[in-house]
Amino acid sequence: MPMQRREFLKALGATGIAASALGGCASAARGGPKVVVVGGGYGGATVAKYLHMWSNGALDVTLVEANPAFVSCPLSNLVLGGSKQLADITVSYDGLVKRGVKVIFATATAIDTERGLVRLSSGRELRYDRAVLSPGIDFLYDQVPGLNNAVAQEKVLHAWKAGPQTVALRRQLEAMPDGGVYAISIPRAPYRCPPGPYERACQVAWYFKQAKPRSKVLILDGNEDVTSKKGLFMKAWNEDYKGIVEYRPNHVLIDVDVATMTLKFETADDVKASVLNVIPPHRAGAIAAQAGVITANNRWCEVDFLTFESIKVPKIHVLGDAIQAAPLMPKSGHMANQHGKVAAAAILNAFAGVAPNPTPVLNNTCYSFMSDKDVAHVCSVHQYDKEKKTLVTVPGSGGVSPAANAVEGEYAFAWAKNIWADALT
Amino acid sequence: MHERASKRASIIEEIAVRKPLLLASFFLLSCSGHAVAQTADPNLPRNLSAGCSACHGTNGVSLGGMPGLAGQSKADLVRKMQDYKAGRTPSTIMQQLAKGYTDEQIDLMAGWFAAQKP
Repeated sequence: MPMQRREFLKALGATGIAASALGGCASAARGGPKVVVVGGGYGGATVAKYLHMWSNGALDVTLVEANPAFVSCPLSNLVLGGSKQLADITVSYDGLVKRGVKVIFATATAIDTERGLVRLSSGRELRYDRAVLSPGIDFLYDQVPGLNNAVAQEKVLHAWKAGPQTVALRRQLEAMPDGGVYAISIPRAPYRCPPGPYERACQVAWYFKQAKPRSKVLILDGNEDVTSKKGLFMKAWNEDYKGIVEYRPNHVLIDVDVATMTLKFETADDVKASVLNVIPPHRAGAIAAQAGVITANNRWCEVDFLTFESIKVPKIHVLGDAIQAAPLMPKSGHMANQHGKVAAAAILNAFAGVAPNPTPVLNNTCYSFMSDKDVAHVCSVHQYDKEKKTLVTVPGSGGVSPAANAVEGEYAFAWAKNIWADALT
Repeated sequence: MHERASKRASIIEEIAVRKPLLLASFFLLSCSGHAVAQTADPNLPRNLSAGCSACHGTNGVSLGGMPGLAGQSKADLVRKMQDYKAGRTPSTIMQQLAKGYTDEQIDLMAGWFAAQKP
């Protein structure tokens, strides 16, 4: 498409390549190169917004999303605790539409990488010059046979994608009689949101402490130890939630008997509970498998960390929890936001025939709620290492809170407000 | 005119293929006449700064609860980051994050945020 590319270069010369200095000589081009983004979570919404913003509208950006609104996984555990409602963590896609991003509510069913087409559930086909997949995760129910059917999945919830399951799990907790046991099963790492299951245990315990003080929270961890913020969570369980929370490591789930509400493990004894919350092992979302970009352990997508382009399929970029992460890089919403910005810059450079930025820097900030207001963070900074061709954490940087505190509770809500706007307006 | 325009475009394409950085410089010069940024990617300051926007708001314009960075003086921003980096200013998180950036990166980000409209 040489003509199209020339027009785009003209527009980009004024915007993408030198946005800050040269805002004045921008001109929006119609019919610029097309980018189709599949998945409007933290990664996909961010890349769509930044592609549009940094090209001053010169790019034709379409976002395909299955859900009618964005529901945040971060903060969703507060809905289980009862201090927040689903509406508090739901954001409309209208901000992106107003900006000029084309938002299509549909499921992407296939990517034709030969012809450059994204096929939708409606039958419609979208042509792309580059596609970005931010598909999130799918669960490997074949590893938990008792849950490998729709009826069982309605009874034993994951609530690991915020939305209807979050509300349904809250209802189960409300319906549970005092004196009951809530058991959460955590898969082996890597999984979405390393501290998330432990935060969830705190939130359920916070609810029980007030409403059902004779009830228990049982954490059945497929890992050898707490995988994130260990000292901070242990302190909460041993002090604030003493007698409510019990932590058991090395509990690799192999099956669930839904009829008797029993969890079965590789080595440990069976566990029965009143409410079962199973987070099955997961992998990159289905569209990534269909597009042929899953390259690591049949689960994750390897990418070039300068561009987030698939190492296997050209012109397909992959973001967020679906990727084979760099060492010490968590699968988090904040990290997906950062992936989106690196990818947006690289895609704009690629359309202009310019090499990607050789020195990307990403950061992660993750707040966990121990109660409705006491919060602890973990953070890290990741710089590109050109010898290792990956992102590495900077020695001496990053870390965790010395103790959970209310000041960071305020910051956590401010983080949410700002990052939602950063992605969705 | 048309012929000249298309000749110019084909030169750009040729440059784009052979000399990516030259292309970036070409656009900078042809469009503004300003000096070319002294960085490998002319958008490096923008790209670095975008990392901060997750918490501090797009282009450093915060919606509240986190300090806005847009339009602050470059010197102030550099000093604040260096104070965090050296542990001179107490903080919950910025001491840990500031240590992840080089002095040069802090300079570039501070300059970029200083130029944004608050």
